[in-house]
Amino acid sequence: MFAVLFYFAAGLFAVGLSYRIYTYARTPAPLKIPTTPAPRTRAGVVMLMAREVFFFQSLFKANLWTWLFSAMFHAGLALVLLRHIRYFINPVWAWVEFIQPFGIYAGFLMVAGLLGLWARRFLVDRVRYISTPSDHLMLVLLIAIGGSGLVMKFITHTDIVAIKNFFMGLMSFNISPLPSDTMIYTHLSLIALLMIIFPFSKLLHAPGLFFSPSRNQVENSRDVRHISPWAAKMESGK
Amino acid sequence: MAIETKAPPYRTFNIAPAITPGSMEKSKTFVANDKIQNDLGFPGFEVSDWKERALGKMGELLGKYRSLKVYMDACVHCGACSDKCHYFIGTGDPKNMPVARQDLMRSIYRRYFTLPGKIFPKLVGARDLTREVLDEWYNYYHQCSECRRCSVFCPYGIDTAEITMAAREILDAAGYGQKYSNEIIAKVHVIGNNLGLPKPALIDTLEGLEEDVKEDTGLDIKFPLDMKGAEVLLVTPSADFFAEPHIDSLIGYGKVFHAAGISWTLSSMSSEAGNFGIFIGNYEQMRKVALRIRQAALELGVKRIVVGECGHAWRVAYSFWNTLIGVGDGANDPYAIELQKQLDHRYKQPMHICELTWDLAERKIITFDKEANDDRIITFHDSCNVARGSGMGDYPGGQFEIPRNIVKAVANHFHEMPDGTTHEKTFCCGGGGGLLTDDLLDLRVKGSLPRMEALQHVVDAHGVNFMACICAICKSQFTKVLPYYGFDRRLIGGVHQLVSSAIKLGDK
Repeated sequence: MFAVLFYFAAGLFAVGLSYRIYTYARTPAPLKIPTTPAPRTRAGVVMLMAREVFFFQSLFKANLWTWLFSAMFHAGLALVLLRHIRYFINPVWAWVEFIQPFGIYAGFLMVAGLLGLWARRFLVDRVRYISTPSDHLMLVLLIAIGGSGLVMKFITHTDIVAIKNFFMGLMSFNISPLPSDTMIYTHLSLIALLMIIFPFSKLLHAPGLFFSPSRNQVENSRDVRHISPWAAKMESGK
Repeated sequence: MAIETKAPPYRTFNIAPAITPGSMEKSKTFVANDKIQNDLGFPGFEVSDWKERALGKMGELLGKYRSLKVYMDACVHCGACSDKCHYFIGTGDPKNMPVARQDLMRSIYRRYFTLPGKIFPKLVGARDLTREVLDEWYNYYHQCSECRRCSVFCPYGIDTAEITMAAREILDAAGYGQKYSNEIIAKVHVIGNNLGLPKPALIDTLEGLEEDVKEDTGLDIKFPLDMKGAEVLLVTPSADFFAEPHIDSLIGYGKVFHAAGISWTLSSMSSEAGNFGIFIGNYEQMRKVALRIRQAALELGVKRIVVGECGHAWRVAYSFWNTLIGVGDGANDPYAIELQKQLDHRYKQPMHICELTWDLAERKIITFDKEANDDRIITFHDSCNVARGSGMGDYPGGQFEIPRNIVKAVANHFHEMPDGTTHEKTFCCGGGGGLLTDDLLDLRVKGSLPRMEALQHVVDAHGVNFMACICAICKSQFTKVLPYYGFDRRLIGGVHQLVSSAIKLGDK
């Protein structure tokens, strides 16, 4: 039944997220609203977006502490995720092999960043004011996922060969059992939960950035006419 | 109001104030009466099915504006924007933090348009739409000047201005309009400008102006109105026709055209660059106001359209005119096609008066006597809509360089205000976005705090006695609030006011 949970979670994640992205893509942006000064070419916008995605450029301008903690968390998470690729492929690619030791430290980096972000929600009066229960719970969930992973790596240990068999089996619809180990069940249940809430939560900031008109529009309003379907229809109806 | 408006004290350290919840909850701008609402096709105040209308409009906007849709979902409450708004800095009211202002709407969005908000409203901060919520919206969405400073710092580019505009549009649909903005828009539809100046008053004003300038310079510098066949149609904020210090910039434009030998005209039918349609977030109103300009350009047969010193007008002109009315290129309705044939495409359409002046200065067609401005020690205030909502010239950031280039070309003493308060990080004057009304004076005075602090810095360090800008709202706002901070109201003025003093007027 754990396999069923994972199929369900992965399915909801994929369908929910695709649907969200579809609604973002389908909704028109009727006016040119890049926050200027903005790039005047498509290539320039791609560069800007890359600086936002990889370096959090705007956040860097806004607040160094928030930037530092979120950079620690996101970079840590990225490495940890890459490290986990080894559970899904056989044989394991050389570069995944190579990053294994870095991925371990990244786990600490990730949890430390999350704790820093959480501390801000208590210590900075402005951030405390805007925090909702779900903001706190989201951080708790991520910390618990990272924490349970670190516990398995350094304290309780678990049968990772069996886990790999489970996931390889999951992908080929040939289910093999999970080791009966509380930590791994905790870790995996929380991840399933995260996948389930992703398409309904503020985690949509990830796809949202790519659809943000103030960032993704080319600033060429005087040279190229920009018109949305509904506005064009309204015009011709006159 | 019984409470006397006072300027808040300068901050000792340049950091955000501690939050003081509720400190601005009573700030309320006058509500539009039913007649004003009906003039624009909106329902009157307290229409019985306001809730259905509000939620219906919200659903419609979520389907029409990607900005609103994405911005409602993407915020993670990181707090990057929380100390960036001048109204928050000046008031300390936490609902003036951009994220909290957005959440006033996001809480309703979650409740009615998302699954978790329908199932677990408390968990995700969702709430029911009540009359109290609508009152709160009205008060706090009229404490945002739509200046976009928060959008510079947001990691997802969330622009609170887009949300404020949507909120005001929803409020209008529920009968809860703002008197100031809606009354002005109705005036433009009927008379052609925000101030309601009819043609005879304009003729009178411009003739008087010609006499004054003749007395001053001994030259016949013309301020033509409705002159068919002129090369340039100048569209400028109507405050330029009579308000101080605005009129000095109008004189400056006239002198530039005179010295360069360019024939130009104003239009009585379209005697307003400002477009308050943007402030209430209403596409149709904004388009309707802009269409008057296209009509004037066609009737007068001009080759170029130039826009005077006005911040939000330039945003609408630069960023939206091509979309709304096809000034620029690519529109295919008959009027737009005719206009494209008529306009001279060797020039940018539309063009900002600063682009025009700087181009002439670079080509030495106009020259200056810099010493004429030697009594002035000058700084430059970037107006929000120019800085963050538009551009100038052929490169990003031209909107910062070109006006500064002009100031430096016409005067010897120029000093920048501190980093972080200029260019794309500029602070709003405190009166933009439809808030330039005396019933919001308390808010306006408080909201100008960060700009006043920056100004004080260069006044103390360099003896600055003139703050130049290119926005009619900034000029009016500063004229009003400067005395609250102990400054002379004449410290504010236009870039073309400086041009006017220094330009060499040969007889061409």
